[in-house]
Amino acid sequence: MVSGKGGTGKTTVAAALALALASGGRRTLLIEVEGRQGIAQLFDTPPLPYEERKIAVAPGGGEVRALAVDPEAALLEYLELFYRLGMAGRTLRRMGAIEFATTLAPGLRDVLLTGKAKECVARNRPDGRPVYDAVIVDAPPTGRIVSFLDVTTAMADLARSGPIHGQAEGVVRLLHSPLTAVHLVTLLEDLPVTETLETVDQLLAVGLPPGAVIANQVRPQWLPDRSVTAAANGRVDADRIRAGLSTAGLDLSTDVLDGLVAETVEHAVRVHGETTALARLGPPLLELPRLIDGVDLGSLYGLAEALVEQGVGVGAGVLA
Amino acid sequence: MSPAPKVTAVLDVDALIDDPGTRVLVCCGSGGVGKTTTSAALAIRAAERGRRTVVLTIDPAKRLAQALGLQALSNEPGRVEAADGGALSATDGRGELHAMMLDMRRTFDEMVQSHSPPDRAEKIISNPFYQTISSSFSGTQEYMAMEKLGQLAATGEWDLIVVDTPPSRSALDFLDAPQRMSTFLDGRMIRLLSSPARAGGKGLRKLVGAGFSLFARGVGTILGGQLLADASAFVQAFDTMFGGFRERAEATYELLRSPGTAFVVVAAPEPDALREAAYFVDRLSAEGMPLSGLVLNRTHPVLAPLSATRARDAADGLRGAPLAAAVLRLHADRVDLADREERLLARFTSAHPAVAVTRVPVVSGDITDLDGLREIGARLAAASDVTGAEAVASEQSLRPAR
Repeated sequence: MVSGKGGTGKTTVAAALALALASGGRRTLLIEVEGRQGIAQLFDTPPLPYEERKIAVAPGGGEVRALAVDPEAALLEYLELFYRLGMAGRTLRRMGAIEFATTLAPGLRDVLLTGKAKECVARNRPDGRPVYDAVIVDAPPTGRIVSFLDVTTAMADLARSGPIHGQAEGVVRLLHSPLTAVHLVTLLEDLPVTETLETVDQLLAVGLPPGAVIANQVRPQWLPDRSVTAAANGRVDADRIRAGLSTAGLDLSTDVLDGLVAETVEHAVRVHGETTALARLGPPLLELPRLIDGVDLGSLYGLAEALVEQGVGVGAGVLA
Repeated sequence: MSPAPKVTAVLDVDALIDDPGTRVLVCCGSGGVGKTTTSAALAIRAAERGRRTVVLTIDPAKRLAQALGLQALSNEPGRVEAADGGALSATDGRGELHAMMLDMRRTFDEMVQSHSPPDRAEKIISNPFYQTISSSFSGTQEYMAMEKLGQLAATGEWDLIVVDTPPSRSALDFLDAPQRMSTFLDGRMIRLLSSPARAGGKGLRKLVGAGFSLFARGVGTILGGQLLADASAFVQAFDTMFGGFRERAEATYELLRSPGTAFVVVAAPEPDALREAAYFVDRLSAEGMPLSGLVLNRTHPVLAPLSATRARDAADGLRGAPLAAAVLRLHADRVDLADREERLLARFTSAHPAVAVTRVPVVSGDITDLDGLREIGARLAAASDVTGAEAVASEQSLRPAR
């Protein structure tokens, strides 16, 4: 499960993780649950249907498949299984009856989504090995992740028996087992870090296993460590910079130099904030660099490689 | 360097907030772009320029709430005072800033109470299903924000109402959610589910045939009888007030379309946020709603005219001057970042050339007090036809301490 505060890049990280875990000939499934087709945009493919599709080849011959789970389609799938609705299913959906049913009990939507993920995890090949070496869910943001995964509480609102109830018990077992890890993506800024730490506590409180924290969009620090604090407080030695620059043949006007100093102060304030944020987070922590040109398919492979270099792999412990 | 930006219309924030014809200012945008802060900064600026202003915030960050003197959810506006306890300084003495933080549950309760006799209101509010709807139905927050806006406008007390919109993935949710909620509360569906034999009429039964009873049975099995019974009781109790409910939502929607309302779309210079902004701009124009412009928030303008290549080359050639080399490299990164932001903006403006834009250079760190908000307000209003870089460089307050 990959979650994170809105805007931290959790979809990108989930995709990079799916690629990283598929490398070396494995097969992973990347699941989207919020109906926004973020995965299709990232991999530059047409919108994903409610169907597992191969979307990328991983380094070393593995493959990534993707699935956009839609709670309404999942509910229809259930009802089909038990009641054979036939053509009526589609009409009901058009009328909004399916949406209405899933809206009546907000927990039902979540149970349908996690239920589908569980079904994918449990599915085996003819030789008994699992179809997927890893299933990665681009899960709802931190504000909603705990209620999303707390299936037991959601089920309390629903019928005490019946088909979904039976399956939900299996989902609860899976989510609370060592097979599941909830990874949290954050930026190295005050608010996202606070929210990440709060979410870790909330997950522990309901017995869900927090995984790694992934610091995303980490930018390079250019200033020497010893200069950061002073510069962050506005103390930058402009004369020393001027002298240094002239040895490189750059003789800049005062205005330009002032501009450089102002940029240096802003850089230092940011670095200072990031250092503080890192200290609050603690391990296990993974870092991904900020991509200046934004994320495209090529850079996604670069991010996956960065994860592999930091020890990410199936059976690698933290991110197993 | 980036291609020279085409001539983009500039959003003149001061003209917008000074215009006595602007009565409602709605800040939209996808989640995480800084809508709440922008709303608060616009409101404080308007107040200090002499308008009696109220800002309706939704879920502000803790320190921003404190800066506005909001300690808890408050469903009525409270006056914001300067840190020293004095009033905010307005030029002509009329300006005042009031702020509130939407309490969606209480707004809903009050609405129910004002639309139905006490015993019925009691019945609705104690229904377990109402508790679900009023706290966790996605769309309730948007609906209640609209309702509160309608109430504030109806008092006639305010020169300007600044509205922050609920955090959601899509900026469009603010316009769509109330309609979704109306459809949901309109009892047709629940009647179909709880007594499919009687509801819907012959035509519908013919259309979906036996499938519907099967569906209703299936849903009943999954959700359980109790939930359906609660939902059904709720919708029945709600039925009589539903007309009034919808009328109010429609009246507010009309208010949004009136000439006194201005929308600004807030976006971060990121592809996703700008894409959402573009959807929203298209939607507003389709609805005939008046868009004032785009706030491009948290930009990183270049503060020194030196190309990235030249800076990196010079850094490569430096020996024994680590500070100067670091300064050159961080500058080169900044030039690249500013280029990227301008490219993203150019992509937006070429598709939407008529949209006026103001860039707001990033303020490092959290906003913790009114001065921080004033600073953002100043950056919002630093509109002119110069590039962001020059605009910032010309601001004395941004010079670093030396």
